[in-house]
Amino acid sequence: MYSKILILYFPPVVAQNAVVCYLTKKFDLIFNILGARVSNKKDGYMVLELRGTKSNYQKGVSFLKDQGVRVSTAEQEIWRDMEKCTHCGACTAVCPTGALSIKRPEMEVIFDQEKCSVCELCIFTCPTRAMGLYSKNTDEMMV
Amino acid sequence: MTSYKINKTYGEINDKIKKGDAVVVTAEEIIDIVKEQGPVTAAENVDVVTTGTFAPMCSSGVFINIGQFKPVIRTTKTWFNNVPAYSGVAAVDCFLGATATSEDDPLNKLHPGEFNYGGGHVIHDLVAGKKINLRAESYGTDCYPNRRIEKTITINDLPQAVMCNPRNGYQNYNCAINRSDKIKYTYMGTLKPGIGNANYSTSGQLSPLLNDPFFKTIGIGTRIFLGGAQGYVTWSGTQCKKDVQRSLNGVPLTPAGTIFVMGNLKEMSPEWLVGQSIRGYGVSLSVGLGIPIPILNEEMVKYTAISDDEIFTQIIDYGYDYQQGISKSYGQVSYAELKSGFITIKGEKIQTVPLSSMIKARKIADLLKSSIKRGKFLLGEPQQMF
Repeated sequence: MYSKILILYFPPVVAQNAVVCYLTKKFDLIFNILGARVSNKKDGYMVLELRGTKSNYQKGVSFLKDQGVRVSTAEQEIWRDMEKCTHCGACTAVCPTGALSIKRPEMEVIFDQEKCSVCELCIFTCPTRAMGLYSKNTDEMMV
Repeated sequence: MTSYKINKTYGEINDKIKKGDAVVVTAEEIIDIVKEQGPVTAAENVDVVTTGTFAPMCSSGVFINIGQFKPVIRTTKTWFNNVPAYSGVAAVDCFLGATATSEDDPLNKLHPGEFNYGGGHVIHDLVAGKKINLRAESYGTDCYPNRRIEKTITINDLPQAVMCNPRNGYQNYNCAINRSDKIKYTYMGTLKPGIGNANYSTSGQLSPLLNDPFFKTIGIGTRIFLGGAQGYVTWSGTQCKKDVQRSLNGVPLTPAGTIFVMGNLKEMSPEWLVGQSIRGYGVSLSVGLGIPIPILNEEMVKYTAISDDEIFTQIIDYGYDYQQGISKSYGQVSYAELKSGFITIKGEKIQTVPLSSMIKARKIADLLKSSIKRGKFLLGEPQQMF
């Protein structure tokens, strides 16, 4: 299962069309609207958590772009401060996507940012505050 | 009296260490050595086995003498970066505990609390050489008229700072689950409802007290690696229990022994004393601890060769039971199973979560090994056993 938080920008023309529901209908993707402002005559935006297989996810994102929706990743992303991380493993209890995992047999904590859904649960679970939320370039387009 | 084929004394091993001839291996390396060579040959060849652990150890703290001021003060309340230290001792002495929270911490008012700063963090900042705000109050006496002092200090300004941890290095500890339907934020980490995960905290086969299950070589005066410096075992730890259920190999099946340790904080390093913010629970300090086990005979080498698959602990519920003082076991699991990433409880595959850093534990055992090999670390012969 692949999951990512996206920011969708709808130009005024696109904002009038039904778009997001097709992510489920055509591509078997589950979405969770985390925030939105869309109106008929103006432009709008939507913060969406999108979940599904990686290939369906990619098809879904291409579909959005074909409809004229600008897609960018969530504004912020999680980073790990390697100086602070002690590899205790406490974070792996709460990470829902498996982005934080244990490499065995070394028992080293691995952070795979590709799998991170920016749910932020690790931030206050990490006992040394090694995980942090950082701003990201919002213009970066999704593949 | 048991008679051994191999008999070495602390003095003999220390002579070899001083000459740079001692054979030192870690508690992970000894496992295969004993498998290949057998215990008698291994005990003949190996002199010292090093251990290590790095995990939150709440019963830790520092006795600090802050030095005198003009006019002089007999402190009754002391704060370091707004974290209170116990001052019910002589004039400018105090004890800064690892779990003391900052005075303005909202605690669990908004549950689960974040607990961003406390005693453990002050200890880390002190050894990191950071500037600390020191504040103290007094009621004033004829001999000590000063009632309030405030100053920015670093560890170098403190006449004495002695780490003094009443309960460290727990010999075995519970594996925690949550059978309730609500998430629990515990000192064993975050526990998801409906047995969502199983948390444990040990370095297992590398753990100091699991390598000497009957305290045959660890006693008062044992020299240890503590927070990056050389410290000592100065007493048995609080809650230390020797009368417990054990496996056939002698290893306790439940939480058992603990040690009281001390060392000079001024010699320690921020890498091995790290402040901990445990969500919904409080602050603590992760302590780097390592003990060299002298291979006095083949019995000791057998204890050090015990591996994760031969060390067991009990699964305890922190959803309902622990709060009520019930210690019912929901199963016995080995640390090999726990370290594999999953255990099975009632046919369900449950994710396991470590809280103790194996990466750091291994580094401590390696550091101890190299300093003994280089003749920089001598064994401390216990003056009294527990």
